[in-house]
Amino acid sequence: MELQLNEAEEAFRQEARAWLQEQLDGPFKDLQGRGMSGAQDTYIEERIAWSKTMGAAGWNCIGWPKELGGRGCTIKEEAVFNEEYVRANGPGNVGHIGETLLGPTLIHFGSPEQQKRFLPPIVSGEEIWCQGYSEPGAGSDLANVQTKATLVGDEWLIEGQKIWTSGADYSNWCFVLCRTDSEAPKHRGISYILLPMKQEGIEVRPIKQMGGSSEFAEVFFDGAKAHKDHVVGGINNGWKVAMGTLAFERGASTLGQQYLFQKEFEEVVAVAKRTGAASDPVFRQRIANAGIGLKVMRVNALRMLEHEGADLNREALISKLYWSNWHRDLGKLAMDLLGPEAELLDGAPYELTGMQKWYLFSRADTIYAGSNQVQRNIIGERGLGLPKEPR
Amino acid sequence: MEFSFSEDQDELRRAARRFLTVASSEERVRAAMETEQGYDSATWEQLSEELAWTALTIPEEYGGLGMSYLDLHPLMEEMGRSLLCSPFFSTICLGANALMLGGDDVHKERYLPGIAAGETTATLAYAEKNHRMDAEGVETTYSRNSAGYILRGAKSYVVDGHTAALLVIAARTENSKGPEGVSLFLVPGDAEGLTRTWLPTMDQTRRLASIELRDVVVAHDALLGEEGRGWALCERTLDLARIALAAEQVGAAEMCLDMAVEYAKVRKQFGRPIGSFQAIKHKCADMLMMVESARSAAFYASALAGQGEADLEEAASGAKAFCSDTFFHCAAENIQIHGGIGFTWEHPAHMYFKRAKATETLLGDPSFHRERFARRMGL
Repeated sequence: MELQLNEAEEAFRQEARAWLQEQLDGPFKDLQGRGMSGAQDTYIEERIAWSKTMGAAGWNCIGWPKELGGRGCTIKEEAVFNEEYVRANGPGNVGHIGETLLGPTLIHFGSPEQQKRFLPPIVSGEEIWCQGYSEPGAGSDLANVQTKATLVGDEWLIEGQKIWTSGADYSNWCFVLCRTDSEAPKHRGISYILLPMKQEGIEVRPIKQMGGSSEFAEVFFDGAKAHKDHVVGGINNGWKVAMGTLAFERGASTLGQQYLFQKEFEEVVAVAKRTGAASDPVFRQRIANAGIGLKVMRVNALRMLEHEGADLNREALISKLYWSNWHRDLGKLAMDLLGPEAELLDGAPYELTGMQKWYLFSRADTIYAGSNQVQRNIIGERGLGLPKEPR
Repeated sequence: MEFSFSEDQDELRRAARRFLTVASSEERVRAAMETEQGYDSATWEQLSEELAWTALTIPEEYGGLGMSYLDLHPLMEEMGRSLLCSPFFSTICLGANALMLGGDDVHKERYLPGIAAGETTATLAYAEKNHRMDAEGVETTYSRNSAGYILRGAKSYVVDGHTAALLVIAARTENSKGPEGVSLFLVPGDAEGLTRTWLPTMDQTRRLASIELRDVVVAHDALLGEEGRGWALCERTLDLARIALAAEQVGAAEMCLDMAVEYAKVRKQFGRPIGSFQAIKHKCADMLMMVESARSAAFYASALAGQGEADLEEAASGAKAFCSDTFFHCAAENIQIHGGIGFTWEHPAHMYFKRAKATETLLGDPSFHRERFARRMGL
């Protein structure tokens, strides 16, 4: 079941495949499969070098317009590239926050000066970005951010705390939602500010996750400084900018992700065969259910990618809720199939097996990037036109 | 394979919606539910003669339009959406598919033009009272003599079996087992020795019947396909029918979602629409996710059916399992969201709930199809 490609798109696939193979079977062989979900805090320097190599060859930000350093690729071509990337076992992309979140936001809301300053180093892989959204008191209720920015002379002075910030310790820059007007209604007093991470006044404390790795961190701001002009979309207009960012997710990573899911599913089937669980009628039902669910996910994605028009279609709206539930269920199934063996680690003190890693990580899938509950609100309100909850 | 409906298919859907809004309104469905025949003859004539729906998938040389199985998909969705009471599914998806897959030129010449014109209704009688969905379930036997074949036994759960003009009947040779020895026969509904009995059902929008065969004699040319190899033909026919049924389920499930959402927007409690409460909103969101995913499952299977691919069995079972679960879930949630009114006879929610349960079991329930999918996966 493949995406329909025309001649040019097929040539693009071949070009991407050849380049990735040359690099990942060659100089970057040791990086294959490194730094993926659950292990994004590993091989940082090597992955930054890889990102720069990608940039030099023109493979970063391929969906951006050509005049801004991209290739002007269509969503289909982006999806094809992502699929090839995963197929080649490419490492976790350290630049993805800049490429998929900050970049598109600047392209849409940024000033020409901001675009000129910040877009090129994202394309080249020289500057890594992190996202300063969540706070201890602002999770799903993101508009409740309390981190405060005050304009003093030519600089914003920032006080407060962010949490769950992926890659905070190795990022060069952070886009931070700050309260800039504490009198205004909470959605109207927020600004979207660009902040250098390597400065006094910022402390990063990694958070250890349930799987033992530390992919995200707490970030404390104590008089951290940002340039006066580094507010995106205007002062007190940050909520609109942040919400706009959500609409840029077009699902380009979906085929690559499904390639990984397919591999995981095959591992699960292999376990069922090895342990004899494959002859148990209840397990057979659950495995088949997962298999059917995976096929359906693929068709959902292909329908989404072939959807024409700028509006966010229903297939795109349901995508996150669908895959995160599917993946979480697969993790549980994997452990159930292993039975008592599910408990056994690769080694002390806490060496998880590959399957245990993604089983544990799948519990985060239904929380990050909009929890299942937030997703259902979005589907209900944007997809079905149901009235909003009074706030 | 392209993963979106074409402009023509979208237009077909819109035209079907316009027609069925009137021809299969709730009032008309309720009227058909009251009859033993189970459908309105005038509507059947309209949709076959004026709209040529019965001709859609029949090849042009037999009086049809020669369109693809995917072209049928939007129609099936719309029929499900409006709970159309009609012998369309039995005639086209079971009877005509069996003929198109297994019939020789003489069979096709004899029956397909009548089916395309809406003059001949047909169905497939494979199941029996033993509750088995596989070849073992065929216990009806046949023997051969110089005059033809003699059929003995009893069929059950035959869709529109009491009204179909042409019956495709599965029978086996005495002492044969499993798929070996099963053959399909074309038997006129009024054949001598054949007794047909309407089986009143909980879902009143589609009719089932039992068929008793007491030494029913048919000529040699009543054999469909190769003798003794009828089970594979039966399975292939069933898979095509399952795909169409899955599409029907998608349309009906979406109607349940639409009804629930509409009600959640206007029904007020605690001074605000119940759809603003997350308890209700999240149910609706899950329904949308399931409906769109079910559409993907059925779409993929419909598209494969047109290409005659080897993966058809897997796709058909996947679609039937997924769409059955989806329809039942949505029909049940629709009642829950409507509250007390959803439990009444007066409100149409129960009609969808009952159709959901009936279609869930028809042609194999989700457990059966998941097991079949597991076997196809090599488990």
